[in-house]
Amino acid sequence: MSEALLSARDLALRFGRVAALDGVAIDIWPGEVVAIVGESGSGKTTLLRVLSGLARPDAGSVHYAGQDVLAAGEAARRRLMRTEWGFVHQNPRDGLRMGVSAGGNIGERLMATGHRHYGGIRAAAAEWLRRVEIDPARMDESPRKFSGGMQQRLQIARTLVTQPRLVFMDEPTGGLDVSVQARLLDLIRALVAELGLAVLIVTHDIAAARLLAHRILVMRHGRVVEEGLTDRVLDDPQHPYTQLLVASVLAA
Amino acid sequence: MTGTTQAPSPPTGGRGSGEGGTRDPGYNFAYLDESTKRMIRRAILKAVAIPGHQVPFGSREMPLPYGWGTGGIQVTAAILGPADVLKVIDQGADDTTNAVSIRAFFRRVAGVATTERTAEATVIQTRHRIPERALHEDQVLVYQVPIPEPLMRLEPRIAETKRLHAMADYGLMHVKLYEDIARHGHIATSYNYPVMVNGRYLMSPSPIPAFDNPKMDRMPALQLFGAGREKRIYAVPPYTPVRSLDFEDHPFRPIRAQHPCTLCGSTDSYLDEVLTDDVGGRIFVCSDTDWCGERQQAKAAVE
Ligand SMILES: Nc1ncnc2c1ncn2[C@@H]1O[C@H](COP(=O)(O)OP(=O)(O)OP(=O)(O)O)[C@@H](O)[C@H]1O
Ligand SMILES: [Mg+2]
Ligand SMILES: [Zn+2]
Repeated sequence: MSEALLSARDLALRFGRVAALDGVAIDIWPGEVVAIVGESGSGKTTLLRVLSGLARPDAGSVHYAGQDVLAAGEAARRRLMRTEWGFVHQNPRDGLRMGVSAGGNIGERLMATGHRHYGGIRAAAAEWLRRVEIDPARMDESPRKFSGGMQQRLQIARTLVTQPRLVFMDEPTGGLDVSVQARLLDLIRALVAELGLAVLIVTHDIAAARLLAHRILVMRHGRVVEEGLTDRVLDDPQHPYTQLLVASVLAA
Repeated sequence: MTGTTQAPSPPTGGRGSGEGGTRDPGYNFAYLDESTKRMIRRAILKAVAIPGHQVPFGSREMPLPYGWGTGGIQVTAAILGPADVLKVIDQGADDTTNAVSIRAFFRRVAGVATTERTAEATVIQTRHRIPERALHEDQVLVYQVPIPEPLMRLEPRIAETKRLHAMADYGLMHVKLYEDIARHGHIATSYNYPVMVNGRYLMSPSPIPAFDNPKMDRMPALQLFGAGREKRIYAVPPYTPVRSLDFEDHPFRPIRAQHPCTLCGSTDSYLDEVLTDDVGGRIFVCSDTDWCGERQQAKAAVE
């Protein structure tokens, strides 16, 4: 098998008495979509933040494409975040600049990586608006004027414009209407397949995990209690907690 | 700076006539005590060593309000020597209240000569302009800076702006220029236009017109910037590259009103629009009063 794109071992992070991460290991291969499910407070967001360099673990290691991420300086880590990685937040307010136009939001990562041709930046922004199904004519509008679903799609465009290889998504459909969620999931699935992205997606939504993910990790109390291919985990859950999780979805 | 080797030629007659100062013995030379001046000089040396980087300093209370350029005054006080000749301009003019008061202040507390002539000055303290006459190696230009952080309006968290400088992560500044073009069709920033110093640090040039930005590039004179309220000093050493940010397809353009100066006919100086009556009459005149005066004299001499 080829080398894992992202590989973490023995991650631990405590907040006071809470063990948000307690010996977590994870591998993500190029082009692979991995879903993290688990109840509120189980450490999903914390894991994403640690893997993406937004937070530092108390212990453990993170390697990206063979490079020791935690040992690398902040400058190197920031470069990875700007070029190789993307992060889609649950709340678009955390992932968008609300005071900047839609086009400026998409262009920011291009400019941060040295693009200095205004016309080229606009062309890329227009193209990405189209790809996330927003009318390019709205390029100069503030994202404040966009619906929640559009804001999430804009956040995705802003993240993907520099063609990262690995994207972290923290409940990207949370807080949206069910019909809007379905459309967004379809869009994410299409883009991920088209671009061959590796994705680590946190979700409460077992159906979404089934739709998108090749593999599932189930977290509880800061630990990975079960992991495997999506169908195997959902159809034949081994851990009692996963069984409960799947059963509660079926019952609902 | 401290005139050690060669005293500047004594001011001679005319407008530029240096008003020689008699130092008030009640003050330490140049008002600040020696340890404060040493502290400021250390900050200046550090600033010169890292062009464009903002260095914190222990800004002191000055007998003038902050809006009057206490940062610039402290820098001037720290570098002034008895043989220096000081020029102070405000918006290009030597005769505004601010400029007149600061000159009078230094005549009193340092006994230095002052001048209105750019050519005669060894230290020029300025607010909002760079003189039109090219400065030379024996001169120091001291800017009064209200807001030293060029990223402040884009990123209000100070710790984060520091991180952005440390990482030379200036995409955000380009986003602002992008938004300008998207909204106005061109970069609408005409004052305080951000620059990259020595290809490394993003710097606020203080609220000078963008027209003056090219004068900062590889200037033979040392440029020092003092922000009193924000307690920051930064510097551009002589001959340092200073580049105005722009896009390849929207290159930086220094803008000036498309008129000759009504008084001296200059077509390449920065102009102020002056209302001449209350029925809409207006003329354009050089904002640099010394430059304009010199050109008018030269013209009169020829005629
Ligand atoms: N910055 C913090 N300070 C203190 N405690 C924190 C912090 N971040 C997370 N925690 C705690 O760590 C645990 C894991 O939190 P985390 O946000 O990772 O959970 P989650 O699985 O993302 O939950 P949710 O599904 O509600 O988003 C929780 O007990 C949380 O209260
Ligand atoms: Mg969470
Ligand atoms: Zn003139």
